[in-house]
Amino acid sequence: MIATSVTFWLKDLLGSIGLSGDLLTIATYGILAVAVFSLLSVLALFLVWWERKVAGHIQQRFGPMRNGWHGWYQTLMDGLKLLQKEDILVFTRDRMVFFWAPIMCFVAAFAAYIVMPFGEGLIVADLNIGILYIVAITTFTIISLLMAGWGSNNKYALLGGMRSAAQVVSYEVPMVVSILIVVLSAESLSMVKIVEAQGGWIWNWNIFKIPVVGLVAFITYIIAAVAEANRTPFDLPEAEQELVAGFNIEYSGMKFAMFFLAEFINLFTVSAIAVTLFLGGWQGPGPASISFIWFFLKTFAVIFLLMLFRWTYPRLRVDQLMEFAWKFLIPLTFVNLIIAAVMKHFGWYLGN
Amino acid sequence: MVSEYISVLIFILAGIGIVLFTFFLARLIRPSNPYKEKNVNYECAETPIGDSWIKFNNRFYIFALIFVIFDVEAVFLFPWAVAFGKLGLYALVEMILFILILFFGIFYAWQKGALKWV
Repeated sequence: MIATSVTFWLKDLLGSIGLSGDLLTIATYGILAVAVFSLLSVLALFLVWWERKVAGHIQQRFGPMRNGWHGWYQTLMDGLKLLQKEDILVFTRDRMVFFWAPIMCFVAAFAAYIVMPFGEGLIVADLNIGILYIVAITTFTIISLLMAGWGSNNKYALLGGMRSAAQVVSYEVPMVVSILIVVLSAESLSMVKIVEAQGGWIWNWNIFKIPVVGLVAFITYIIAAVAEANRTPFDLPEAEQELVAGFNIEYSGMKFAMFFLAEFINLFTVSAIAVTLFLGGWQGPGPASISFIWFFLKTFAVIFLLMLFRWTYPRLRVDQLMEFAWKFLIPLTFVNLIIAAVMKHFGWYLGN
Repeated sequence: MVSEYISVLIFILAGIGIVLFTFFLARLIRPSNPYKEKNVNYECAETPIGDSWIKFNNRFYIFALIFVIFDVEAVFLFPWAVAFGKLGLYALVEMILFILILFFGIFYAWQKGALKWV
């Protein structure tokens, strides 16, 4: 153990310069919020660049090459460009709803990182409802997309917002039930306890610990997560060829950048949750001080998988998408949950 | 002493603050030249016909309604999953019955054609 947690370490540090009481707690979490935001900005810049490189190489081109070595600061330049762009505001918009939609989208993605265990002790606050909190707070993204669609007063945007709400809502159920299998195995909602229950060898990871059922749960989770993050093959809300850009069609400049940032933060979130729940989180060989390296390695592996999905699979039709969720995925995950419960009851787990 | 749940409130406020700050930063350096033709709704370069705040396909409403049922079910399942080890066989049978009843619900909706996207 490095320290019990980075939060306690920071609290001690701030306490030693004379802060105390409620002010100390608020200052600690405030600093951590800024730190998490900086980390997420760097991650999003890197992920956008990486996605473009992966896309390029899959399509037999190079992707960004001009700015620096293999275009490494391309996204930074894109961000600076977006900062200087005029904010084109539609006259007929709903002012309040239009303004608050990107803020809500970003905050919903950002607030999930309170309970994200980046490494042993590297967690802002280990809330005891952990994973339930993440499921609850990331769902606010739906409301923000609906707000963006409705507030724009644009037919494409409205259709994109409505579609995304229907899609995210449908894939929420299989995702939650897949998560339930892990909760059943760890008997806790706390992210730290879920990871600690997967310590030891590779067969203690939830994906292998519960034979077959864990693997099925992981696959259903990944499918639902791709749909939640609005990525191809489930990117109906954006669907460039039919809806132009979907819910964010009327957004420009920094407001558009916030949607874009939130999208890539969500990509990292769903991958990080997949790693935490199924692939052992920060667990790996070596001392606790390098545990965060394992977390990031595994997460980037999952992200790479999702990027391959995006650039190799064609988009689904909207009726196929909805019927796949309700007629296949939901019955499958519930049967899977029942089998997991039976196995748990009779103790048919590996590595106990 | 405030509990660690205050971190949720602080993160939400900090998130709003950061976004508003970047909006403010962009406001300082961006150009602003609105005129009527530019700020009209995008509709493939045509003049928009009518409002888009219209009565909308009620398919979306039906799916949202079915979703609420399943989401409430998921909320019931979370405490069950956490306490499963302590409750034993009783909890297992009870929850299988609970899921089966909901399965009849989804099959009813299926038969009625509510899950069909037209």
